[in-house]
Amino acid sequence: MAPPEAAAARSAPPGPGGPPGGAPPAPVLEAAGVGKRFPGVVALDDVSFTLRAGEIHALVGENGAGKSTLIKILTGVHRPDEGELRLAGEPVVFHRPHEAQQAGISTIYQEVNLVPLMSVARNVFLGREPKNRLGLIDFRRMHEETAALLGGFGITTDPRRPLHTLGVGTRQMVALARAVSVRARVVVMDEPTSSLEPREVETLFGVMRDLHARGISLVYVSHRMDELYRICDRVTVLRDGRVVHTGDLAGTDRVRLVSLMLGREMARVRAEGATSFGEQRDPAAQPVLTASGLTRRHVLDGVGLSLRPGEVLGLGGLLGSGRSETAKALAGALPLDGGEITVGGRRLSRLSSAAAIRAGISLLPEDRKAEGIVPGLSVRENIVLAALPRLTRFGFVSRRRQDRVVDIFMKRLRIKAASPEQKVGELSGGNQQKVLLARWLCLEPRVLLLDEPTRGIDVGAKAEVQTLIDELAAEGLAVLLISSELEELVEGADRIVVLHAGSVAGELTGDDVTEGALLTVLARSAPDAPAEPAVPAEPAEPAEPAALPQPEGAKEPR
Amino acid sequence: MKSPMKMLAPAPAGPPPALVAEPRPGGAQRAAELLQRQGVLAVLVLLCVISSVVFSSFGTLDNARGIAIQGSFLAVVALGMTLVIVTGGIDLSVGSVFALGGVLAAWASQYGFVPALLVPLAVCGAIGAVNGLLVAKAGMAPFIVTLASLLGARGLLLALTHEGATTYLVPRGSAFHELGAGTVWGFGYPVLIALALFGLGGVVLQRTSFGQALFAVGGSGDAALLMGLPVARTKVLVYTLSGLLAGFAGALNAARLSSGVTIIGVGMELDAISAVVIGGTLLVGGAGSVSGTLWGVLLLGVIQNLINQIGSLDSSYQSVVSGGFLIVVVVAQRYLSGARRGT
Repeated sequence: MAPPEAAAARSAPPGPGGPPGGAPPAPVLEAAGVGKRFPGVVALDDVSFTLRAGEIHALVGENGAGKSTLIKILTGVHRPDEGELRLAGEPVVFHRPHEAQQAGISTIYQEVNLVPLMSVARNVFLGREPKNRLGLIDFRRMHEETAALLGGFGITTDPRRPLHTLGVGTRQMVALARAVSVRARVVVMDEPTSSLEPREVETLFGVMRDLHARGISLVYVSHRMDELYRICDRVTVLRDGRVVHTGDLAGTDRVRLVSLMLGREMARVRAEGATSFGEQRDPAAQPVLTASGLTRRHVLDGVGLSLRPGEVLGLGGLLGSGRSETAKALAGALPLDGGEITVGGRRLSRLSSAAAIRAGISLLPEDRKAEGIVPGLSVRENIVLAALPRLTRFGFVSRRRQDRVVDIFMKRLRIKAASPEQKVGELSGGNQQKVLLARWLCLEPRVLLLDEPTRGIDVGAKAEVQTLIDELAAEGLAVLLISSELEELVEGADRIVVLHAGSVAGELTGDDVTEGALLTVLARSAPDAPAEPAVPAEPAEPAEPAALPQPEGAKEPR
Repeated sequence: MKSPMKMLAPAPAGPPPALVAEPRPGGAQRAAELLQRQGVLAVLVLLCVISSVVFSSFGTLDNARGIAIQGSFLAVVALGMTLVIVTGGIDLSVGSVFALGGVLAAWASQYGFVPALLVPLAVCGAIGAVNGLLVAKAGMAPFIVTLASLLGARGLLLALTHEGATTYLVPRGSAFHELGAGTVWGFGYPVLIALALFGLGGVVLQRTSFGQALFAVGGSGDAALLMGLPVARTKVLVYTLSGLLAGFAGALNAARLSSGVTIIGVGMELDAISAVVIGGTLLVGGAGSVSGTLWGVLLLGVIQNLINQIGSLDSSYQSVVSGGFLIVVVVAQRYLSGARRGT
């Protein structure tokens, strides 16, 4: 049974008042040289992070930079393989989230981590319910205190209501209420605004300022640039599991922050131009695929694009801009509220994966482990999986035809495997990716959608995959390339469409396909918090599309 | 019998976007919630009223006593099952553990009242604890773990009784014998004990941190872990409780039958699961109540009793009716939880 911590349940203001004066603030929470490995991946490498007393510290980085891992280490979900945590200067080890919470570190996770079927009040006080003299839960006090807590955030709701009947924003507020009602010294917020309405964001900021005033330190993760500039004191930028920058936010301008996140130095970016990679394709060719008005609530807002045979179209945008969703929508894998897709002049009437495949659209998904590869099956089986219907006669699969197809693709894509019967799970990341590519190429597609095709594979294999993409396009395939790496996008693509908040924010063609130009568009369209004009952190940009009224797109369902 | 489906209101449209004040849930949602919680009770009462009118022998106190004592053992087993299912787990071992508890109690009753209770509790509690450890610490599927202990407990039972050749008898006139045979106002002790346990179970589930943790673990195990709840400990404890309660029910049954019968308890886990699910506890965990389980047990008992009243009907049809009812309830639950979520 959970230890009775009724004392902590009181909504009394937490004790330690931060030193608001000019003295150099002592660190509350420190990660020193922290490393964390997962099978096959180095998630964090020698990361040092210092949270000073009474500051709001922004933690930023692209997808896979290690933000989540760092947060999970700070909050006791994971334990570091190397390095140590220090709480107020003393080394600590958290074995469980519970221990971190006991130590005064409470967390609001990106996806609200509450129990939907339980009531609001039960969620707020779970594990530290107020008890009466008999040691039983005192529901009346629990409900009163919950109502008071939420009332403090400007929310009036019946504490007895099951959580799942509330809107997402209100649920986030309940999570916040839970986090601050413990006697917290540190509150960690992992993208708390990604599901909030504009008014709720204001409420959240109000609460954050209030916590700040009480001397509580906050770690704030968000990729909405202007939110960071509005509320945060300092910033730490992570990239590829390493800290690339820590400093005062006021002294770091927005373009620089974006370039730090994406790993391109401004000087280099400005100096470099388009490389020999992208030769001009015939721009007059008839598009093989046209999409217009692709819309899905909170995700896509009228995306339109067209793809010509022999062309590599890059799809750029920051995390949460709707890149992957656009690719999924084109492949019929994302149910749409509206929009039209035309392939080879014929409009797809029903958008489904099967219809897309029939029309010749193949998608190589972002997460090949979860959405593509079947590790327990052999290379041969993985390759022919999607093509089985074509290799089947009267319900029987011809092994000879399978072998022929597999042989062709293993040679052509230079798949390195002991034999076609080797399990795909035993191959390297690059070869797994090639197997997936082979699977879709078997179907003889006209349009190939590649979502982060080189993520997580080593440098050599990366170059090979990039070469393959170019070859395929040269053979007349229309390729859509999504990549977080500016270099790959710029060098691989003939044309780049930049997305922001689920709609097209800009397009680069011809000589404009440079990292500098792309970076400029990205920085200008960096996701903004709603209903608030961009802060003047950015000097001379004509930032007309910056203050879009649609804030929802800012989360990336994986 | 009136189908609960009839009472279903059309699902309301999705909730309006959350602003500052959350709107009250719609009437249909609340009705659905009430129905899910108290639907079985309504059906039970209705069935009893109709039956008393149709069959003169149904509405008698004697018949009620009969139903009560018949159901009391299943009730105790189903109580433990309720707690397990609330955590999103399942305990298939309870039928075997019930029988094992009975045999152990009968064997130990020759040494007195206290051993007759303690021996089955210790052994069955240990089996439950092992279930819990395997589920919580080793991360194994509850279905598999408890299926294994179902077989294991049955095997242990057969070994103890030399393949059923030896039957241990409870000494006549002993205090343990009295535990099964004694009555208060004509209701057997097991009935009163079962009621007391349900009262206690209700308090534990609804009014203690442990109970809240059960709901949280079943509702969202990841969230429970991130909120710092002792998830593993809770699971170990709940399977241990289930084992204890099954063993205790077996001991009570042995006291009532005056012997350790080896062939009982086969399929009892399924009856217990039926009662729990009919009682409105979600099989996926996260929601449920012990009172619902009590009504579920009684409903199964009443259905059996009614089929016995209709002399011409083979008693085997009881399972057919119960099974049909279970389907109706599960389908209704599906629709109700849809209505409650406003989808």
